[in-house]
Amino acid sequence: MVQVTLWAGLRPLAEDQEHVTIEAATIRELLSKLQLRYPALEQPFRNDVAVAINGTIYRDDWSQGIPEDAEVFLMRRIPGG
Amino acid sequence: MTTIAVSTTINGDDVEYLCHADESLLDVLRNRLGLMGSKEGCGTGDCGACSTMLDGRIVCSCLVLGAEAEGREIETIEGMAHGHDLHPLQTKFLEHAALQCGICTPGFLMAAKALLDVNPDPTEEEIRFWLAGNLCRCTGYDKIVRAVQDAAAEMRGDAA
Amino acid sequence: MSFDASYNEKELNAVGTRPVRPDGVDKVTGRARYGADYNMPGQLVARVLRSPHAHARILRIDTSQAEALKGVKAVVTAADLPDLTDGDASLFAILDNCMARTKALYDGHAVAAVAAIDVHVARKALKLIEVDYEVLPHVVDVDLAMAPDAPVLDETIITKGVTPAPDAPSNVFAHSEFGHGDVAAGFAKADEIVERTFKTEQTHQGYIEPHACVASCNSDGSAEMWVCTQGPFVYRQVCADLLGLEVSKLKVTSSEIGGGFGGKTHVWAEPVALALSRKAGRPVKLVMSRNEVFRASGPTSATSIDVKIGATKDGTITAAEATLRYTSGPYPDTWAETGAMTAFACYDLENVKTVGIEVLVNRPKVAAYRAPSAPMAAFAVESAIDSLAHKIGIDAVDFRIKNAAREGTRSSYGPVYGPIGIGPTLEAAKAHAHMSAPLGKNQGRGMACGFWFNFGGQTCTDLNISADGTVTLSVGTVDVGGSRASLSMIAAEELGIAYEDVKAGVADTASLGYNDMTDGSRGTFSSSMATISAARNAIAVMKQRAALMWDIPVEDIEWKDGQAHAVGASHDNLAPLSVKDIAAKAGNTGGPIAGHSELVADGAGVSFGTHICDVEVDPETGATRVIRYTVIQDAGKAVHPAYVEGQYQGGAAQGIGWALNEEYIYGEDGRLQNAGFLDYRIPVCSDLPMIDTQILEIPNPNHPYGVRGVGETSIVPPLAAVANAVSDAVGVRMTHVPISPPRILAALKAQR
Ligand code: FES
Ligand code: FES
Repeated sequence: MVQVTLWAGLRPLAEDQEHVTIEAATIRELLSKLQLRYPALEQPFRNDVAVAINGTIYRDDWSQGIPEDAEVFLMRRIPGG
Repeated sequence: MTTIAVSTTINGDDVEYLCHADESLLDVLRNRLGLMGSKEGCGTGDCGACSTMLDGRIVCSCLVLGAEAEGREIETIEGMAHGHDLHPLQTKFLEHAALQCGICTPGFLMAAKALLDVNPDPTEEEIRFWLAGNLCRCTGYDKIVRAVQDAAAEMRGDAA
Repeated sequence: MSFDASYNEKELNAVGTRPVRPDGVDKVTGRARYGADYNMPGQLVARVLRSPHAHARILRIDTSQAEALKGVKAVVTAADLPDLTDGDASLFAILDNCMARTKALYDGHAVAAVAAIDVHVARKALKLIEVDYEVLPHVVDVDLAMAPDAPVLDETIITKGVTPAPDAPSNVFAHSEFGHGDVAAGFAKADEIVERTFKTEQTHQGYIEPHACVASCNSDGSAEMWVCTQGPFVYRQVCADLLGLEVSKLKVTSSEIGGGFGGKTHVWAEPVALALSRKAGRPVKLVMSRNEVFRASGPTSATSIDVKIGATKDGTITAAEATLRYTSGPYPDTWAETGAMTAFACYDLENVKTVGIEVLVNRPKVAAYRAPSAPMAAFAVESAIDSLAHKIGIDAVDFRIKNAAREGTRSSYGPVYGPIGIGPTLEAAKAHAHMSAPLGKNQGRGMACGFWFNFGGQTCTDLNISADGTVTLSVGTVDVGGSRASLSMIAAEELGIAYEDVKAGVADTASLGYNDMTDGSRGTFSSSMATISAARNAIAVMKQRAALMWDIPVEDIEWKDGQAHAVGASHDNLAPLSVKDIAAKAGNTGGPIAGHSELVADGAGVSFGTHICDVEVDPETGATRVIRYTVIQDAGKAVHPAYVEGQYQGGAAQGIGWALNEEYIYGEDGRLQNAGFLDYRIPVCSDLPMIDTQILEIPNPNHPYGVRGVGETSIVPPLAAVANAVSDAVGVRMTHVPISPPRILAALKAQR
C-alpha cells in the first residue's frame, strides 16, 4: 500500500482528499487506479501531472517502480525555460 | 520604387549592386549579396550584431544606407578568415568558448578586430568599453573579454 | 530494451575536457544559418498588423483594399485560423495570442497579417487594412488588476482554488497553496519576525535573434517550416493542431538558434506564417522586428509578493509564509503556482505556507524565462532572510546554513528531499575568498541562494557509424549553448574513440523520433543519457560483427577501450578489433552499424546555487555597478566545463540586468514605451566584471555519469544577491526590482 499526497489543485477532483491510500507497484498502476476511483482526475492526468517518489520527481517514466512505504506526491508539471 | 546603382569594395573585391534609396547596407549585404554573416538583432543601432567595417571604421550596417557604400571599402565577417586560416580572434573565441548561441559573434569579432587594429594591447576596461555597443545575452561577456585579451597577446607575439 | 541510468563511478577521459565545439567554425565565420538566414524559391515576405490599444474590442476588419494591392498574395485574420482547439483552453490561448479573435488584449496583439512580394508592398498593405476598435478600459499593474473596480479582461473567469467560489468574475484566475505545519503557531514561537512586500517588474528573455521562420504549405497537404525554436517537435505539434495539419506531414527544421532562454519554447508567429503560406500557395518568410519581439513575444510575469519569516534568537526559522501575485498576461496560466512552489525550497521549515495568485493583465502572454517564476520568489524570500539575519544579529551565510534543506527535509512544495546540494554550495560560499575580501566606501556585499526543478523528458537519438569508423550523432534537442560538443564527448567516451571522430548534429522532425524541447535544463542531461544508451546499443552490434569476423561466439567478446577483445585462452592470438576495423567490414557482416535510443530521461534532480555579489553605489546619482560576482552551483558532472561556466555566467548576467535595469515600462495608455534595446537596457560589456564560477560536482544518482542540468538555476539568486548587496551599501532595504537609480535615490531620500 502506498500513501499518495495530492497537490491542492487536485483535491477538489478527488472528493477533497489530501491523502489517498492505494495498492500500486508502478506509477502507471497508481495513476490508473486513482483515476478509476476519482474519474475527474482524468483531465489533469493527461499532461499536467508529475509524481515524486521519495523526493525524486518523475514526469514521464510511468514504469517507475514504487517501493514499499515510499513517499509519493502528485505534483503539477513545471514549465521550463 | 527606383533603384540606385552602387559600386563598392567588399572584402577586397569589386562589387556592384542596385538598391532602394531607403535600404540599409545590412539589408543589401544579407538580401542582395547573400552575405548573411552580419546579423540583425534590432535594426536600430542598439545591438551591434550587424557590425561591419566601413573605410576602416566599425559601423552598425543597419544604420548605413546601401547607397552610402558607393566608392567605399567594406569588410564583413565573411572576409575575416583567409581561406582556411582563421583570424586569431576567431580561433580564440572558439578556444575560450566565447560563444554560446553565436548570433552576436560576427559582430563581436568585427568590433574586436577594429579595436586591436588601433590598440594592440588594450586593458580589460578598454576592451569592455569598446565592446559596449555589442550585446550578448548568453555569455555574460566574461569569456569574450578573455578571448580578446588572449588574441591580442598572441597577435603581439607575447608568450601566453 | 530498458536502460540502466543509475550513476556508475568510473574514470572518464573525454568528459571533463574542453574541446572546440563542432559547430564552432561556422559560427565564427558567419556561415551558421539562423532563423532569418534561410530562403525558399518564390518566397513571400510577411508583415503583421498589431493592435495599438491595450484592450479593445475588434468591431470590424476590412482587408479588401490590402488584398487588391498589386503584389499582395494573401491577407489573413483570425477568420483564417478557425478554432480547432476542441475545448483545450491552453491551446486556445496560444491561438488567440497568435491572432486576436474578438478582442485585442495588449498593445502589440496581432490582428491581421499580409504576405507580399517584397517588404515595401507588405508595409503598404498593412496601412490599407482597416480595423475598427472599441477601446476598452485596460489594466497592466498586478495589484491594480486585483482591485475590485479593475476592468475585467475575461468575464468567464471565476477564481479557482478558493472556497466558497466567488460569485463574480475577476482578473484572478486561480489560487494555489503549498506548505505544511502550522504557521501561526510557528510565528508565535519566533523572537523576531520580518514581514515585507516586494515587487518585481516584467522582463524579457532578450535573445539577440528575433523570432524568424520560413513556412511553406503545399497543395498536397504537406508543409515545411524552417524556424528558430527550442523545440521543433513541439512547434510541429502545436502548429499542426492549430492549422489542422497531419503531424507527420509537417516537417520542422530548427535553425541555429540565437538565444531562447524559454522564449522560444512557445509559438508566436509560426502558425500565422503557415496560414499565410496556405492561403497564398507560396512559401512565406516571417521575421519579427525587435519592437515586435518586445511587444508581442513572451516576457516574464510582473509580481508583487508578501513575505513573512520568523526565527528564534539562536537563528532557527520557526515559520515562513508568502503570498505571490504573478501576472500571466491576458490568459490564464500557472506562473504564480510555480513561484509558490519554489519560494522556500532552499530551507528546512517546520511551518511553511505559500499561496500563488494568478493575475490577468493587458500585457503580452507570459512565457517561460530560465527557471520560470523562481527568480522573483527568491528575490522576496532571500531579501527577507537577509533582513531577518541582520535583525537577530547572525551572519547571513551562517543563518542560511543553519536552516538549509538537507536530505530528509520536507520541501516547501511537498515531497521529502533525497540527497541535495544546497548545503555544499553554502559551505563553499562561506569558505570562498570573495566572502572575506575587504569592501571600500559606498560598497556593499550580498549573497543569496536559489532553487530550480530541473527535468528530463522524451528523448530520441541516433548514432550511426560510418565505413571509416567515424560517427555521426543525431539528436533532437536543439543546441542552445554548446550541447553538440558535450554530446560528441559523451559518444566518444562511451565508444572509446577520439572526440574528433564524432560529429553531432540536430535532426529535423522528419529524421528522428519525437523529442521534448530544450528547456528545464534538459538538453545535455537527457540527450547525453540517450547518447549513452545509443552508443551501448551500437557496441552490442559491433560485438556481434566482431564475432562474425572472427567466427567465434559473441559471448567470448568484450568491449574495452574502444575495441572488441576476444577473451579466453583459445582466442589469445586474435588482435583486438577497433571501431574502424569493424566498420570497414560492415558491408559484409550485416550492413550499416547504428545504435538507436528512445527513452524518457527522468530523475533530473533538483538544483541549487549560491551567489555572492559586491556592488558600489553612487549616492549622488543612484547608479550601481557590480564590482565582483561569484557563482557557486552543483553540476553533478560538468561534461564540458567551459560551457557549464558559460551557463553560470550567462544566467548571472541576465539576473543582474533584471535586478538593476530591465523592466517593461507602460504609459497611462497601456502602451509599451520601451520596446527596443536602447530603452530596455540589458547589461553590456562595460556594466559587468568578470563573473567567477565554482563548479561543484556531486554526482546525480540518476545519470550514468552523474550529470545534472545546469542551464537555469543561475538566474535565480542574482536578483536577491544584488538587492542584498545594494541594501548593504546604502543602508536601506531595497524592495522593488529593478533597483534603478531613481528607486535608489527615492529610498535614500525617504530615509533622510
Ligand atoms: S542590427 Fe544593427 S545594431 Fe542591431
Ligand atoms: S552568444 Fe548568444 S548572444 Fe552572444
